[in-house]
Amino acid sequence: MLETIQEYDYWAAVVNTLELTLWGALWALVLGTVLAIMRLSPVRVLQWAGAAYVTIVRNTPLTMIVVAANLIIWTQLKINLADPQSSTYIVDNGMRLGILAVAVYHAAFVCEALRAGVNTIPLGQAEAARSLGMTFPQSLTQVILPQAFRGAITPLGNALIALTKNTTVVVAIGVAQVSHAMRRMIEFRPDLLFQIFGLVALTFVAITLPMGLVTGWAAKKWAVQR
Amino acid sequence: MRKTTYRIAAAVAAAALALTACGGDSGSSAGGDSKKIKIGTKFDQPGLGLKEGDNMTGFDVDVAKAVAKKLGYEENQIEWVESPSPQRETMLDAGTVDLIFATYSITDKRKEKVQFGGPYLVAGQDLLVRADDTEITGPDALTGKVLCSVSGSTPAEKIAKEYPGVQLQEYDTYSLCVEALAAGQVQALTTDDAILAGYAAQEKWAGQFKLVGKPFSEELYGVGVKKGSDLCEKVNTALTELFDDGSMDKIVADNLGPANYTPNPATNPAKPGGHCG
Repeated sequence: MLETIQEYDYWAAVVNTLELTLWGALWALVLGTVLAIMRLSPVRVLQWAGAAYVTIVRNTPLTMIVVAANLIIWTQLKINLADPQSSTYIVDNGMRLGILAVAVYHAAFVCEALRAGVNTIPLGQAEAARSLGMTFPQSLTQVILPQAFRGAITPLGNALIALTKNTTVVVAIGVAQVSHAMRRMIEFRPDLLFQIFGLVALTFVAITLPMGLVTGWAAKKWAVQR
Repeated sequence: MRKTTYRIAAAVAAAALALTACGGDSGSSAGGDSKKIKIGTKFDQPGLGLKEGDNMTGFDVDVAKAVAKKLGYEENQIEWVESPSPQRETMLDAGTVDLIFATYSITDKRKEKVQFGGPYLVAGQDLLVRADDTEITGPDALTGKVLCSVSGSTPAEKIAKEYPGVQLQEYDTYSLCVEALAAGQVQALTTDDAILAGYAAQEKWAGQFKLVGKPFSEELYGVGVKKGSDLCEKVNTALTELFDDGSMDKIVADNLGPANYTPNPATNPAKPGGHCG
C-alpha cells in the first residue's frame, strides 16, 4: 500500500486538491459577494441578473460546468489560461479551468449564504443607516456586509466543505488531484480497492473536519450580539 | 381557476406515469425461445460495440453474432448485456453473461479469474491524428505536442511513463478527445488502434482523421468465458472457421474500413486458441 501511494504520487495529488480548494474558495467568495451585492442592490436589472445567475448555476450539475468550461473556453474558443510554450501547459491550463469551474459553481451558494446572513440583521439597521443620510454603498460596506459576513460564517463554512469535496469532479477534464490518483491506483492495483477507498475517505475527513471545527468556533466568537 | 390548473396537472402526471409503465416491460416478451445466449459487449464504443435504440452495431457485435451462429444461436436468440471494463470478470463469474466481446485484452492477471477464447484480433496502442498532419509519425515525434487519452487508463499511463516530454490532456471519454482533436487543441489521440478506427469511422468525422499505423503495444482481443465452461474451445473452433472462410476480413472491412484500418499485418490474422482453461 505504501509503495502504491508513492508510485502514484498521492501526496502531490493531495497538494493539488488543496490548491484547487484554496483558489476555488477564494474566487467563489469574491464572485459570490458581488452576486449578493447585485441581489441586494436597489437596481432592478442587477437584482434580476444576480437571481438568474444563482438559479441557473445552482441547478446545473457541477460535472456539466466543469466539462463546459473545458469544452467551450479551451476546445472551441481556444482561450489558453496557461502559456502554450511552457512545459507544464496542459497541467496549468487544466488546473485553472478547474478552479474557474469550481468557483463559478460555488459562487451561487456563497451568494445565498450571504443573503441568509443579511436576513439576520434587523431591518431597522438599514433604515437607520438611510436616515443618517448614508448612500447605498456606504450602508452596504459599513452596516450591512460586516454584519452579514459575521452572521453567515456557518453557512459559508458548509459551502467550503462542499467545495472541498466537489473538487474531485474536475477529474472529468483530467486535472490531477485526489480522485484522479484514486482512479489510476484502482486501475493498476484492483487488489487494494478497499484500502485505496479508505485512504481517500480519510484524506477528505482530515481536510474537512478541521474546517467544520474552525467555522463552528469562529461563528461563536464573531456572532453579532443582539 | 386554481382547481382547473390542479386537475390538468394531475392528468398530465397520470399520463406520464402510464407511459413510463408501458416502456419498462420489454423483459417479459421472451415467449417461446427457450434457448438464449447472453452476450456482453460495450454499448458506447462506436465501430466496436454501439447500441443505438434497439440496434446493435460494431465489430465486436458482428463477431459475436457470427460466433453465436456457429454455436447454434440465431440473432433473435442473443440477449445483449452491457459489460463496462471494470465489471467484466465479475459478470462472467456471476453468470450475468455467457460470453464477452468487448475489446477485452487477454492478460495474465485476467486469466487468473476467467478464460479466453480467441484472440480474434491483435490490436495495439496507436495514435490518431488529423488527416492533414504529416509531423506526427510515432510516439517519438510527440515531444512538446498535446496528446489526449482517458484519465487513469492503461494507454495514458504508458505514455506518461515512457514519453515524459508529452503534454497529456485527459478526459472521461474518448469522444471529448475527438472533439478537441477536431478543434485543433490537441494534436493526437491515443489508445488501441481498433478503438481509434471506430471513432475515425464515425460518419460525423469521415475523412478528418487518420491512424499513424505504427502500433507500439500488443493487445490480444479475446472472448471472455467463465472458468470451467466448455464454451471456450467451441468459440475457438467457430473463430477458426470464420478466419478460414473469409468472414472475419469482411467484418473488419464493414466496421472499421471507413477509417482505412487494417489490422497490423505483422501480428494478424490472430490465431485463436491457447488461452482456454
